[in-house]
Amino acid sequence: MEKATRKKVTEAGNRGEKVRSDCHVQIETGTGKGLVIDLRSKVNSMFGRHIRALVSKQMNFYNLTDARVQITDSGALDFVIMARLEAAVQKISSTSQKFLPEMLTQNLYSTGPERFRLSRLYLPGNSPALMLNAGIHKPNGIILDLEDSVAPEKKTEARLLVRNALRALDFYGAERMVRINPLPLGAEDLKEVIPNNVHVILIPKAEDPDQITEVDTLVDKIPVKHNTGQSVYFMPILETAKGIENAYSIAMSSGRIVAMAIGLEDLTADLGVTRTSEGNETLWARSRMVNACVAAGIQPIDSVFSDVSDMEGLLKTVQRSKAMGFEGMGCIHPRQIRAIHEGFAPSPAEIDKAKRIIKAYDEAREKGLGVVSLGTKMIDPPVVQRALHILELAKAMELEFLPVTHEKADNNE
Amino acid sequence: MNKNNRKWIENAAGRKVPSEVNGHPVIPYQGIGKYLPKGRKYGPPIPSCKDFPADGNKQVVSLKEALIKSGLHDGMTISTHHHFRNGDFLANMIFDIAHELGIKNLRWFPSASFPCHEHLIPYLEDGTIHHIEGSMNGPLGRFTSEGKMKGIGVLRSHGGRYQAVQDGEVHIDIAVIGAGKADPFGNANGLEGPSATGLLGFALADSQYADKVIVVTDHMVPFPCVPWQIQGNYVDYTVEIEKLGDPEKIISGTTRITRSPDRLYLAELTAQFCDATGIIHDGFSFQTGAGGTSLAVSDYFARIMRKKGIKARFARGGSNKYLVSMLEEGMIEYILDGQTFDLEGIRSMAENPHHTWTSPFTSYNYHSKGNFAGMVDVVILGATEVDLDFNANVVTHSDGYLLHGIGGWQNCLFSKTVILPVPLFRDRIPIIVDQVTTLCGPGELIDVVVTERGIAVNPRRKDLLGKARQAGLPLKTMAELKDMADSICGIPDKPEFEDQPVAVIKWVDGTVIDTVRKIKTG
Repeated sequence: MEKATRKKVTEAGNRGEKVRSDCHVQIETGTGKGLVIDLRSKVNSMFGRHIRALVSKQMNFYNLTDARVQITDSGALDFVIMARLEAAVQKISSTSQKFLPEMLTQNLYSTGPERFRLSRLYLPGNSPALMLNAGIHKPNGIILDLEDSVAPEKKTEARLLVRNALRALDFYGAERMVRINPLPLGAEDLKEVIPNNVHVILIPKAEDPDQITEVDTLVDKIPVKHNTGQSVYFMPILETAKGIENAYSIAMSSGRIVAMAIGLEDLTADLGVTRTSEGNETLWARSRMVNACVAAGIQPIDSVFSDVSDMEGLLKTVQRSKAMGFEGMGCIHPRQIRAIHEGFAPSPAEIDKAKRIIKAYDEAREKGLGVVSLGTKMIDPPVVQRALHILELAKAMELEFLPVTHEKADNNE
Repeated sequence: MNKNNRKWIENAAGRKVPSEVNGHPVIPYQGIGKYLPKGRKYGPPIPSCKDFPADGNKQVVSLKEALIKSGLHDGMTISTHHHFRNGDFLANMIFDIAHELGIKNLRWFPSASFPCHEHLIPYLEDGTIHHIEGSMNGPLGRFTSEGKMKGIGVLRSHGGRYQAVQDGEVHIDIAVIGAGKADPFGNANGLEGPSATGLLGFALADSQYADKVIVVTDHMVPFPCVPWQIQGNYVDYTVEIEKLGDPEKIISGTTRITRSPDRLYLAELTAQFCDATGIIHDGFSFQTGAGGTSLAVSDYFARIMRKKGIKARFARGGSNKYLVSMLEEGMIEYILDGQTFDLEGIRSMAENPHHTWTSPFTSYNYHSKGNFAGMVDVVILGATEVDLDFNANVVTHSDGYLLHGIGGWQNCLFSKTVILPVPLFRDRIPIIVDQVTTLCGPGELIDVVVTERGIAVNPRRKDLLGKARQAGLPLKTMAELKDMADSICGIPDKPEFEDQPVAVIKWVDGTVIDTVRKIKTG
């Protein structure tokens, strides 16, 4: 009788015909039969032995030696299996001990505040299949999303999966970003991700500087275990009318903020207007965002373009976005990355002009002239700054440097 | 057949093959172009017009009657064709009849099988069918791998199938040819009717060499049925039935390019490689399959060709709407089609003289005075596994199970450049391995492996290597790719096999290149 009352069943993860590279774990404790691992896996003949050993090791780590573990596996990698098992275990025993996958040494890179953030790819935080190859599409940043793409009842398991992904998956140099949930849930997210070399925390629904300060204080308190020298940066997302009104004070609310993004789906809902591809309904909000960001010395980042199949529409939006002063956009599908990079890339004419400005500036300085001019136009310091920025971006994107028009081109062919 | 007398022979690829299969001696693989065939081609019995209706009407009332009149009895070889793909009713109907008549020990000789043929498993169990010589896809592959088939399966390429029939290696007693359209004399094509398939090339050898030939259609027209892809002069009986297959599964209304970003990336990288190495040039030729990734490759080819104003002299199909639109846009001068994958392909073949149907004879037969395969500049193929020596597998998975047929894959390896775009791993199943589970294509014929994490060029192709390096493409060695796969997936256990062979893999010349063994279960 007593045994029956101690019996507990929990589960975590995903299964089903369309689920790939994931697994579902069900644990039943107090069966009185010791540790029983029941594995159904599509890779059983290749990795069955390995998976059983892993699960057994992890269960022993938690001291759960009287349990039946049922795993339905669709080709999950170790870090996924470990996260699913941990999520199921968390529901029955409150262990603070963590059984973590190893942090890949190649994941211990750092980024700086000035880094270009033209594209950042959203990945739903509870879908491992989409994470595995995300890095090969070379977005500037990868966002492991714990907020809108994760169902409320899946928040815990997604958090553990994202933490493990930050350790075990190689994103090939992309900036490592996590979109946390609004506080207080977001505080739990921070505890798991901050110690794992996360570069940028995206703070959703930012409408008040205090919100950012609160996250800032939490982050300060969490010890970072690796030593890449990486500061944790913030990218607040403004998605309400109030957030837009407070844009500048939010942008100035923390030294960690390197960029600010606008979320047009929620904003148009808040405004009670329909989002159009022309975007006239949010013209002011977007202008306000750009202005606040530039004033605060951070990067203004545009919303995502939500029709994955409409590449032409995306290109037009990117062009408009660039013309307004935005310095990047979100992507919801890897195929958008190229269009966004191409759209934000400096044009040959821009590169050409920037090179001429820098040349004129250098010549003026050599001659000791106080005033720099190009042709009949005076060049002020912000223009020089801008030109430098364009050349750096072109370099970062490995764009071909076209010879400056008034110089003779080196042509060896 | 005494199993204890079976000896194992190591062939030129270092693979062990049984000395005999289903009572016939085996010629082990000897290397590419090393085996020299001798003698004359096989000749079917000489018929006479006096034995056939003077008015040319060979129609009988049912398939059953045609089979009985053809002399169906125990131990015969019955051939069918995969033009109806996964919508085929015909093969299942034939063996329903054989079962009903209590016939045993038949050899089924399809040009390919599909999951819809799972229907035949009870007949394999009760001995109606002794074994299959053709592809064993899906459920049939699983059945075979578990050692449940009475005889040993034989897998051949499309070209190898033609070669085996022509050389008399396989004697067909009754060929049953399903055709979209036919006349009572037996002329037939796949261009029209509710079960249109475009062409009937896979049935050509059977029509020429089988003892008895039955043409079955669900769209009988008065003589003449033109063009006659199958000539009535080879045909013994014709039958009209209600339905040959499920049209939706025979042909897709429209083929679609993959939307998977990873596959698109593979396709794009493949096209970039072909561009950078000069493979895409004016007057070139190419072949891509109808899989999602292959379709995407032709689409990327089209973009490059459009941008550079390049035209292809011909494309080998599997035709589909993408290839057809390139033909109609004038980017390809000819489509040499081996099978039609969508309705646009059928329409184009029926109305455009530059869209030509081919057969395994013209395209692939190795025992021939040349074939088209070698003339193609670049072919894009798939694989279930590729190993460090560029050897590739298309029939089994890394878990040892037989799951696919060879198709035209082996024959296409003779094109000037062979590229395999494959992911490094698929749901933890590694594609790049140290040694392929089953050898289907020798590495010396495979030039490039494109993965999402880098491109490996066969060291034999220094020309490609140099150009790709110059273009700054992400080059890796196979060993580097394998290390990457292992570090992501872990090192898999090898599947365990019993000693018993369940199928052999033929090379294009009829020699045996490898053996599939019974999987150890439990």
